[in-house]
Amino acid sequence: MNVLFILVPVSLILSGVALAAFLWTLRASQYDDLAGDAWRILSDEDSPAPKPPRDQTPK
Amino acid sequence: MSYAPALSACPACSAAPLAQSIANKPASVTAVQLSLPGIHCAACIAGVERALLALSGVTSARVNLSLKRVTIEAPGLESETLIDALAVQGYEALPLDADLLNANQDPTGRALLVRLAVAGFAMMNVMLFSVAVWSGASAATQVMFHWLSAGIAVPALLFSAQVFAKSAWNALKVGRLNMDVPISLAIILAAGLSVFETAQGGTHVYFDAALSLTFFLLVGRYLDHRTRVAARSASQELTALETPRAIRIEDGARQHVSVGDLALGDTIAVLPGMRLPVDGTVIDGSSDLDRSLLTGESLPVHVTRGAALAAGEMNLTGPLTLKITATGEDTTLRRMAAMVEVAEGARNRYTALADRAAQIYAPAVHLLALVTFIGWMVIGAEVSYALNIAISVLIITCPCALGLAVPAVMTAASGRLFRHGLLVKDGTALERLAEVDTVIFDKTGTLTTGQARLDAGQLEEDTLPLLATLSQSSHHPVSRALAAALPDDITPAQVEDIRERPGLGVGAKYHGQTVRLGKGSWVGAEASPAFRMGTAPAVPLHYRESLREGAQACIRGFKAAGFTPKILSGDTNHATQKLAKTLGGIAAQGELTPQGKTQHIQSLSDQNHRVLMVGDGLNDTAALRAAYVSISPASALDASRAASDFVLLGTDMAALPEAVRLARSARARVLENFAIAAGYNMIAIPIAVMGFATPLSAAIAMSASSITVLLNALRVR
Repeated sequence: MNVLFILVPVSLILSGVALAAFLWTLRASQYDDLAGDAWRILSDEDSPAPKPPRDQTPK
Repeated sequence: MSYAPALSACPACSAAPLAQSIANKPASVTAVQLSLPGIHCAACIAGVERALLALSGVTSARVNLSLKRVTIEAPGLESETLIDALAVQGYEALPLDADLLNANQDPTGRALLVRLAVAGFAMMNVMLFSVAVWSGASAATQVMFHWLSAGIAVPALLFSAQVFAKSAWNALKVGRLNMDVPISLAIILAAGLSVFETAQGGTHVYFDAALSLTFFLLVGRYLDHRTRVAARSASQELTALETPRAIRIEDGARQHVSVGDLALGDTIAVLPGMRLPVDGTVIDGSSDLDRSLLTGESLPVHVTRGAALAAGEMNLTGPLTLKITATGEDTTLRRMAAMVEVAEGARNRYTALADRAAQIYAPAVHLLALVTFIGWMVIGAEVSYALNIAISVLIITCPCALGLAVPAVMTAASGRLFRHGLLVKDGTALERLAEVDTVIFDKTGTLTTGQARLDAGQLEEDTLPLLATLSQSSHHPVSRALAAALPDDITPAQVEDIRERPGLGVGAKYHGQTVRLGKGSWVGAEASPAFRMGTAPAVPLHYRESLREGAQACIRGFKAAGFTPKILSGDTNHATQKLAKTLGGIAAQGELTPQGKTQHIQSLSDQNHRVLMVGDGLNDTAALRAAYVSISPASALDASRAASDFVLLGTDMAALPEAVRLARSARARVLENFAIAAGYNMIAIPIAVMGFATPLSAAIAMSASSITVLLNALRVR
């Protein structure tokens, strides 16, 4: 049963990483335009450069 | 913005005229949003962004295809410049009022997603530990897994299940029971019992059940929220598209300003084709106005200097200069809309299906748990054992299938309706649409496009050349409609002294006789418009209204589905009956006041009919409110759209019978889902009451019922 002392932390860390990754994608506005992003990968001009943060502009 | 550092870094430069002119520009970065109704693919995205970035002064441009919108940062550029640049490339763009659209981001949706993610990941981990326990971990190992589960589940639940607890608390505070009360109770008891069992070193812990309950219910909550947000942002966009800018004249200079910046006494220019943003008095120019949205009249009205105009009227022919007499909430339109009595309609008494299910479910489940507890006490079980079983009954009756039953179906159905061009604005609108048994239409602007077409067939051959000359000489909408209705091969007659009399018509001399085309009273006829040559009797010209696209198919569809559609109109009886005949002889009533329409609908409701009202004008607003469920076209007045449950975004009316069919299908699926959830409980409850429930059986019942309900929801067609 000693293997549990490795496996349990591993499972906790892995799901923690997955959760953190999901929260990051959410914060990076990756779910705002699902239809558009699906098409954008077909465009030659599409670059991986991050877009400017959206909440910077007060309206 | 990029100019600012250069200016401050080199003070001497500020003297330079170039730098001066730059410094005079407003420094703030303003984001402009444009609506792009036509875009649909990768080439469109790239084309729009390329066209915009090619303009000097545009710092960023980003298309959002889901919203069909582009956000542009272009300090100092007017949105007109950007629209022109896109028009050159062949993309239609419309300005949006940015103030109305700052809800671009959706904080509530994001917060729900975060809670959903936390619940989901915690559920996966705890489930992993639970599988170890179910497959035989015992003694110290079991205790360790229980403590680990508790360590993950308790904080995750505290964070994620807040949504339900808050909503349940709000309902209890006002003495009501909603679905969230049994949900919160089940979660709290499941977690509490599990913590207690863990501390006691017991075998039955329900951390995974509490978490999966939270997870599945949050899925339902998020779907529900998505549907609402999509509807709200689309209807906000409709509002934002309307008269977002006005042209203010200051010291002879014309300036595009936001309507919100207009003040009393300002002078504005209203060009042909613009809708009036405010109330005002004409100080220069003359034109014809379309008042159909306010009154239901289908013929334009002539106005000149001194006339008082109301917001919402459409300028048709000539440029007008107005002095503003009322803005914003004070305009006649808004006051009239506010005065429209909020009819206490059937809709306010409507209880959503989910709430009705909760009203049966919540007391039944709590009573059952209580009975179980008492029953076990009576046959001599220990208090802790009896309590344990009672709580497992609460957990296993799993309201999660019930919580998903409605939102999953409604999300699927509104998605399909949206593809037909119908926007669902109200949460219970689809359920109510499914129960409709009577359909009532407004005429002008709903079944017809509101543009009159003259019936050329009734005219005598020899007057045609003369009519052609007269009608072509005027820009009045009715003249133009007449000119368009006349056969193309007619040579216009030669006349002398042709003159347009504003507000009256066109007059001329033909072979020494006076000929007139125009208003009935001026020509000498009873109806308008009319035509007269010399001393011969005046001939009234009948006009025909052009039907909206799909109007025929719409009426046919409703008839085929067993409805008897009816037209209620504020226009003349004659015009209304004529249209009813064109549409296949349906019942029609004209010359109705707004109150008349409302009363008609009220009396139908009193006879237990469920009325669907389709209308667009201010005269329909009260009727739209009084009806059981209501639909207005996107071209309708803001107040009417606000009063209705659905907005028809497309132009095709044929979508309406289809929507009723879809709503009925959705309702059937919801009821099936309730039946499925009840079926699962039928099996699970006896097991739980007899004390055979284990955390494993709870997990299976919960997941299986949730997934069946979700799959069933996808069958909406």
